[in-house]
Amino acid sequence: MSIKTSDLSFKQRMRENLSDSFKRQSIAAAQDLINQKRQECYDKLGDFEKWRDLAADIRSHVLDNLDYYLEQFVSNAERVGATVHFARDAAEANAIAREIFRKKKATKAVKSKSMVTEEIGLNEALEEIGVQILETDLGEYLLQVDNKDKPSHIVIPALHKDRKRIRGVLAAELGYDGDDVPENMTKFVRGILRQAFLSADIAVTGCNFAIAETGTIALMTNEGNGRFVTSIPKTHIVFMGMERIVPSFRELDIMFSMLARSGVGARTSVYMSLITGPKAPADVDGPEELHIIIVDNGRSAVLASEFRDVLRCIRCGACMLECPAYRHVSGHGYGVLYPGPLGAALVPLIAGYKEYKDITKICSLCGACNDVCPVKIPLYETIYQHRRIIVEREKLTNRLEDAAFSVYGNIIGHSRLYRAATRLAFLGNWAPRVSLLKEWCKSREMPVIQKERFRDWFARRRRGEA
Amino acid sequence: MKVSFFVTCIADNVLTNIGIKSIELLEELGCDVVFNPKQTCCGQPLANTGYHKKAKKSMRVLIDALLEDGCDYVVAPSGSCVLQVKEFPHFFRDEAGWADKATVLVDKTFEITDFIVNVLKVTDVGASLTGRAAYHPSCHMSRLLGVKEPPILLLQHVSGLQLVPFKGQDKCCGFGGTFAVKMADLSGAMVTEKVQNIAAAGVDYVIGADGACLMNIEGCIKREGYNIRVYHVVEVLMMR
Ligand code: SF4
Repeated sequence: MSIKTSDLSFKQRMRENLSDSFKRQSIAAAQDLINQKRQECYDKLGDFEKWRDLAADIRSHVLDNLDYYLEQFVSNAERVGATVHFARDAAEANAIAREIFRKKKATKAVKSKSMVTEEIGLNEALEEIGVQILETDLGEYLLQVDNKDKPSHIVIPALHKDRKRIRGVLAAELGYDGDDVPENMTKFVRGILRQAFLSADIAVTGCNFAIAETGTIALMTNEGNGRFVTSIPKTHIVFMGMERIVPSFRELDIMFSMLARSGVGARTSVYMSLITGPKAPADVDGPEELHIIIVDNGRSAVLASEFRDVLRCIRCGACMLECPAYRHVSGHGYGVLYPGPLGAALVPLIAGYKEYKDITKICSLCGACNDVCPVKIPLYETIYQHRRIIVEREKLTNRLEDAAFSVYGNIIGHSRLYRAATRLAFLGNWAPRVSLLKEWCKSREMPVIQKERFRDWFARRRRGEA
Repeated sequence: MKVSFFVTCIADNVLTNIGIKSIELLEELGCDVVFNPKQTCCGQPLANTGYHKKAKKSMRVLIDALLEDGCDYVVAPSGSCVLQVKEFPHFFRDEAGWADKATVLVDKTFEITDFIVNVLKVTDVGASLTGRAAYHPSCHMSRLLGVKEPPILLLQHVSGLQLVPFKGQDKCCGFGGTFAVKMADLSGAMVTEKVQNIAAAGVDYVIGADGACLMNIEGCIKREGYNIRVYHVVEVLMMR
């Protein structure tokens, strides 16, 4: 995969996803359920605002001193025996990984869910050189076997599938003949994955947090696949977005607590693996070689921009679960790897306004995302600024719209013109339902423009007539 | 107390009863209300779409019009438009004179329910309306401007009125300014869900404090054929 996940046009994506009532129901039900769990979790914890202030401070502090912490992390990771690589972009990151696979003559890899590997298109890059790479996160695995269906959420990639659809995929692709009870289907998949874990040459994982003080990689999973993946293969490659750092275990504690709660509405993830260097002589298992590939891919440019705050993101997915627009178009409507408010804020920054300007439109500026983000990213403000940049700096607008807004701006920019125009505005009540009116009228009746404006009434009243 | 009334373009031209009832209410509460006819629109439709420069023209007009009469307060029946006014100083960051004027305006400007409850210190205006009502908290007003309690407090004191919670109550109605026409299908899906949830609560009325959202919700209620009346808070507060 890469940042772009769909070849359909923006309009097509909107139409297709809005007309998929099954998908909309699945997403809405999932949103309601997980949001409620998240709420309960934070209610129990108490002081959500204080916690997220703290989490935001930690992330901001790291970003403000990222060079320092990266250096500290790298030297500590190397001290404990890891090999650290830097990749400026996707191509470099993939090339480093391919080189490791070649050296090891590796052909089979198992992967535990990682967004940054999706962002750089790692699977395809490895498949090109004949490597078989298997997703081991249940959701990602289901998508992979379902003809590489695309994820609709960053934490719960198969959010758009319910158990019936999942059963269908397992039956069609893998010959499953059981019922649609989640436990039974999971058991079936587990049997397949166990084999893969045992026969893989290389493990690939992401990194939820990297601890600068100790050179440790922290991985959170709910299925234990992260632990399995990192126990058996002799080589482990970690892909890490360059901003994933926390200073020490004290901050990890807080970030971890927030990630689990905001991500799936649980007090903790089921597993947390802490990986400090490769296997030591006395260890019974673990990889002999540990490579950490630190990926920039546009992040340092964001760091240097007015939008640094966006890099605070811990990829919890809460903003999309709260988003009323995401609710109806799902992650697929965005056509990008990072959907929802996070996507609208981040993707234009790391992948360009030109290609991704449209996703900033999938937002009614309701601000719900701001209220749930555990690291207080000003998502609303960021999307709002993107729209200005798209229009005024990048000039990525169409002329008709520019002209219409100029006319409108001039009318409301001059009192007399406004008064003259609104005096006749009621004639618009008989306007043919075309263009914007037609759009409005798809789901709503038109409001009536009044012949006597408020200001006319007020003047009449002052004259003592009303 | 002298109050300059900022009617907002929707209440000036479309939902004019909101403007009318606001004036009656403010006067009943003892305010000396001025309406400066030079005012136009807060420029939000332009700014939200990205056209900040074009929007600034109307902001200047509005700043001058609302400050001209030297009133103690500026009051508007829309949290969204008040939010926009509160943002004016950011737009004029680089124009010292205008930034100063904008800041003066910001300090005086209140959303009408906020004004009644927190400035006039009134929660019971003696209104009555019998029936069950769903209150829709508009996003800009409740989340971004932070005016959550005042409209509810006022409505709780309306005799005969029962406020009924409903599913997805604090979710966006899908209006979003130009969003409603530029992304009409998505906006339509959002408002349809909102209206279905309101209807499922078995209410006689929907009450809100922002004309734009009400226009959106009412348009959909009519389309779906529900028998639910839509009111702005000020309209309810003037019922006796
Ligand atoms: S932007 Fe905030 S809420 Fe959204 S995924 Fe990132 S951390 Fe979570």
